[in-house]
Amino acid sequence: MELLSFGDTGWGDELFFATLMTIAVSITAMAIGFLFALIFTPLKLSKIKTLNIIGNCYTTIIRGVPELLIIYLLFFGGTGAAMYVASIFGYDGYIELNAFITGALAIGIISGAYSTEVFRGAILSIDKGQFEASKVLGIKKSIQFYKIILPQMLRLSIPNLSNVWQITLKDTSLISVTGLVEIMRQSYIAAGSTRDPLFFYSIAAVLYLILTYLSMNLINKLEIKYSKGY
Amino acid sequence: MISIFPSLLSGAVITLQLLASSMFFGLIIGLIFAILRINKNPIINKFAYAYSYFFRGTPLLVQLYLIYYGLANIEFLRNSFFWVIIKEPYWCAIIAFSLNTGAYTSEILRSAFQTIKKGYIEAAQSLGVTKKITFYRIQLPIAIKQSLPAYGNEIILMLKGTSLASVITIMDLMGEARKVNVLTFKPFEAFITAGIIYLFITFIIHNIIKFLEKKYGFQT
Amino acid sequence: MNKLKKLGLGIIISFFLVLSANAGSIKIGTEGAYPPWNSKDAAGNLNGFEVDLANALCEIMKHNCTIVEQDWDGMIPALTSKKFDAIMAGMSITSERLKTINFSQGYADEVASLAVMKGSSIENINTPEGINLNIGGSDVDKALKTLTSSLSGKTVCTQIGTIHQNFLESGDVGNINLKTYKTQDEVNLDLTNGRCDVALAAAVAFTDYAEKSGKAVVLTGPTFSGGAFGNGVGVGIRKGDSKLLNDFNAAIDKARDEGIISKLAIKWFGFDASM
Repeated sequence: MELLSFGDTGWGDELFFATLMTIAVSITAMAIGFLFALIFTPLKLSKIKTLNIIGNCYTTIIRGVPELLIIYLLFFGGTGAAMYVASIFGYDGYIELNAFITGALAIGIISGAYSTEVFRGAILSIDKGQFEASKVLGIKKSIQFYKIILPQMLRLSIPNLSNVWQITLKDTSLISVTGLVEIMRQSYIAAGSTRDPLFFYSIAAVLYLILTYLSMNLINKLEIKYSKGY
Repeated sequence: MISIFPSLLSGAVITLQLLASSMFFGLIIGLIFAILRINKNPIINKFAYAYSYFFRGTPLLVQLYLIYYGLANIEFLRNSFFWVIIKEPYWCAIIAFSLNTGAYTSEILRSAFQTIKKGYIEAAQSLGVTKKITFYRIQLPIAIKQSLPAYGNEIILMLKGTSLASVITIMDLMGEARKVNVLTFKPFEAFITAGIIYLFITFIIHNIIKFLEKKYGFQT
Repeated sequence: MNKLKKLGLGIIISFFLVLSANAGSIKIGTEGAYPPWNSKDAAGNLNGFEVDLANALCEIMKHNCTIVEQDWDGMIPALTSKKFDAIMAGMSITSERLKTINFSQGYADEVASLAVMKGSSIENINTPEGINLNIGGSDVDKALKTLTSSLSGKTVCTQIGTIHQNFLESGDVGNINLKTYKTQDEVNLDLTNGRCDVALAAAVAFTDYAEKSGKAVVLTGPTFSGGAFGNGVGVGIRKGDSKLLNDFNAAIDKARDEGIISKLAIKWFGFDASM
């Protein structure tokens, strides 16, 4: 237990902040994933062939290659790519994509591919009659989307999004390879420094279990709240 | 681009070996735990639930490190015959992957068992078919058929999971890509080529499952 | 929806959040996992020979320095993509690396060595105390021959992307079962738990580990220098950054003349590894 004390000699405070980092990077990644999903879901459902292909490429490629590979690509190549893009716009200085942004972006891209599939499934399960009804009533397409489809889509997505959240939360452990000090990285450093890997990786496992347990409870509450009236 | 291809391909062979062994052991583990999960004895099904909760609730990377570095730190394990197995990174990876995919497989099979219509079982029982035969001849085949799509996804998730073997010194496809990156400082070539190979394997697995679904699965 | 829009906008803006380095301020990358060259304490602070030396050199150059932690396998890509401006991470000057980056003059040199657990069958290898692959000759050839037979079929562990890996893959020591790790920490762990029969790294990396962990890790065989082991450890700098290269070279000259490097080497290594 001495190993987990707070302060300069123990690893308690480091692990605590690492846990906060895991939470922060998971939430950011989930939000980035939402953004990607909101862009790619319409593409996947689009009747225009090119858009449809773009949408399908995104989900197929991202879900077909290892997460670690996407992280490595973004981490080793991301800064270079960002500077290249910036140079097109005439900016030649240094650009720093810090470990947090790179990591959250990588996990966000992955999480977004899963969220896209969830949203697509939800929209497809909305009763077709509603589209026709709103058309008959002369409701504008944009209003139809924001007021009718989007709220239902989000509600229908909650159970499956909780799976996406679980995947996202666990995937953040892979960012440890890029140096962002989250739970996994901190356990790795502590295990190396104290030469007690069994203890610290067990602690890491427990921390993840606590996070999944708490977040599942929270999501269940949300689900009950929002399914009222249906 | 061409010169790195052979070493990446030799890595891909290791990746496929890891995947096949893990899916084999994982299926056995998953089947056993799915049966334990639907057992009426609360201690047995709680135990099975705890297993699947742990392996589904923690990252595979943690599980891998726990087994590879964690177990190796226990003195009496190192002095026992288990060391022959745990000593090898390859076996550690297969143990971690099998236990992980076993947990997910048990959930897939459990939900398949539970959605089997009671009528089938009752019909069998009224015809005087023994419980054992009902299980092997009716419940199990239906459950397996129903699980095919979800199990196909699990195989692809596990294929991606095997890439973690590279962190415990195994030179799988990912390991070879990382080596090329470290030695040549050319991340794009190494990782994009590896990515294409992974996609290709995913594509093949996807189509095999589709074929099996068409042939044996339920039409939905 | 408004909230969602704001969130989206916030994320987009944060992507374009760029930090440009201030003039006169440089970032130095180190691994923080290769004691005593560079490491990290329980409070999370970087320390070690190169951390002290980096601060000393920056004081001489009158630069404002920040030391950045970077995993070994991404060290050179991180430099070339400008994550930092210089590498001080026990990185030896080799012709292979010189194709991609530049090096300052060497600031320290220290030999490599094999290590085993006490009681190993190859605890005593009959070779000279040290061999220099640049010099060669019959003594070196004989030593390599002895090593080849001692290491034959053994699992030899080392950190990935190092001079030690290059040497083990060069064929000088014949057919071995080579295992590469992301960090030296992992090499040490697998050496002590028996997964590795023998490991190769900087000699001080093993002696430091043996001292701190109390494990019976002992050096064996000759110490190595020259050839695949490069020509000392220098500061890695991007090609074309000649101003910074000159600054570092001048600062290393001054630090050497004032005895700063020797003093720091004795503090961290226990002997004078300056060059």
